[in-house]
Amino acid sequence: MLPPLTLQRTIDRTVREEWGRILACLVKAVGDLQLAEDCLQDAVVSAMNHWQKNGLPNSPAAWLITAARRKAIDRLRKDRNFACRQDEISYLIELDNQALEDGEPELIPDKRLEMIFTCCHPALAEKTRVALTLRTLGGLTTEEIAHAFLDRPDAMAQRLVRAKKKISLAGIPYKIPDSTVLPERIASVLSVIYLIFNEGYSASSGDALTRTDLIEEAIRLARIVNRLIPDNTEVSGLLALLLLHDARRFARTGKLGELIPLDMQNRRRWDQAKIAEGVGILETVLPKRRLGAYQLQAAISAVHAQSPSWQETDWPQIEALYNLLYAVQPSPVVRINQAVAVSYARSLEAALAMLDEAATGGVLDAYQPYFAARADILARAGRTQDAKKNFGTAIDLSDNSQEKAFLHDKISHL
Amino acid sequence: MQFMLLIYTAEGTGPQPGSDEFGAFMKGYVDFTETVKQDGKMVAGDALQPIATATTVSVRGGKSEIMDGPFAETKEQLGGYYLLDCEDLDEAVKYAAMIPSAEHGRIEVRPVMVWDN
Repeated sequence: MLPPLTLQRTIDRTVREEWGRILACLVKAVGDLQLAEDCLQDAVVSAMNHWQKNGLPNSPAAWLITAARRKAIDRLRKDRNFACRQDEISYLIELDNQALEDGEPELIPDKRLEMIFTCCHPALAEKTRVALTLRTLGGLTTEEIAHAFLDRPDAMAQRLVRAKKKISLAGIPYKIPDSTVLPERIASVLSVIYLIFNEGYSASSGDALTRTDLIEEAIRLARIVNRLIPDNTEVSGLLALLLLHDARRFARTGKLGELIPLDMQNRRRWDQAKIAEGVGILETVLPKRRLGAYQLQAAISAVHAQSPSWQETDWPQIEALYNLLYAVQPSPVVRINQAVAVSYARSLEAALAMLDEAATGGVLDAYQPYFAARADILARAGRTQDAKKNFGTAIDLSDNSQEKAFLHDKISHL
Repeated sequence: MQFMLLIYTAEGTGPQPGSDEFGAFMKGYVDFTETVKQDGKMVAGDALQPIATATTVSVRGGKSEIMDGPFAETKEQLGGYYLLDCEDLDEAVKYAAMIPSAEHGRIEVRPVMVWDN
């Protein structure tokens, strides 16, 4: 018999690793996300009791899914609309008998892709998609998700309950979308994973531990989707991008949690294994010539990752990649980064001209990164007074204390 | 399951009767109705007279109040609907996007409530 602590840890680990796969499988059988989740939760509670008495089963995941199915049969029988639930009940009983006849721990079919498409459906609000994906695929608890987004747990619980209700009542399907809408729906899944990563990566909320969880969860989700949709270059591109960004995790903040910009980072602290994996993925997908924003951002990140020092950065290469990126994603933030690349690859004047053009008509007047980038280029051009003014505006526009401190520091070094 | 596709447009926007585009616009509706019928999705569908013809009724304390005009004075008004029998929301959304007014107005997709007994 395992001591309670080890047992608890084994259960926690199994539940965390297998939660999404088991839940996806259950939803397929019972047709309802809330019911599936309740039954799985019940099964986890009985697992604690049974495993304590009888030891760990051969396949804890198979045990959990069988137990959850039986809980579902019980719940459905108690349902006041027993008659309408007959189909689901017979199906579950059939599955249950099969599992018994096979004798072996059954193979759990992977229905996670269906479930992630449901959770990332555009008929749900963006924040809801993120929360629901973390809850159903990631197995994070409602409290953990609320904590990560600085929400009250009861508010987050309500958001999740409402979302599950909408999925069931509004007929949001649980399937791989038709080929006509598949590309946009894959894009929606990728953007949810990227949002989860960025929530962990940017210091906007939550404590350090939660942020690491979110980063690791995003990478895990990207790996799952990459395995389930093997021939989509943007899915692979996103995974490469997350790995290459995350490779700098331990170099990008100092001892006091302060942000360290790319040019000041100790490159020996970059994670070479992650860089190698990210670069390896890019080497496979880039030759397929189906470029997209994630692959290009990953490629830019890879150029930095492979450069031995800031001084030796291949800026012409980075400028060329930003040109391609701007063609597929013409956003102000890409334009500004493109100008920064130009400032290193060619000339400060050309970069300033690009920024001026991007800001025509006052469209970037409230955009902090524009002023920070402009200030930096002005400083390098020796126009100290102009640089000061632009840094000042950037500070006024920033609502992040670390960022403000970083910009103040820049002014004091002018 | 049944979905109500509610067509909201601001009156006076989109192709107007008498204009060159109006014929093609109306043919779009004829074609769409034909498509949903052929696909076996059509339950019902109608266009409504303009809001100038609307009357709003309420009963308070047993007394009926009848008012001229629509329930809410918003820019976009309900102008018609389709009631379709679809597989799921994805299919309903696919048809909603084919309604000609989606190009200048909005289509609200609402599942029809199913009563248990």
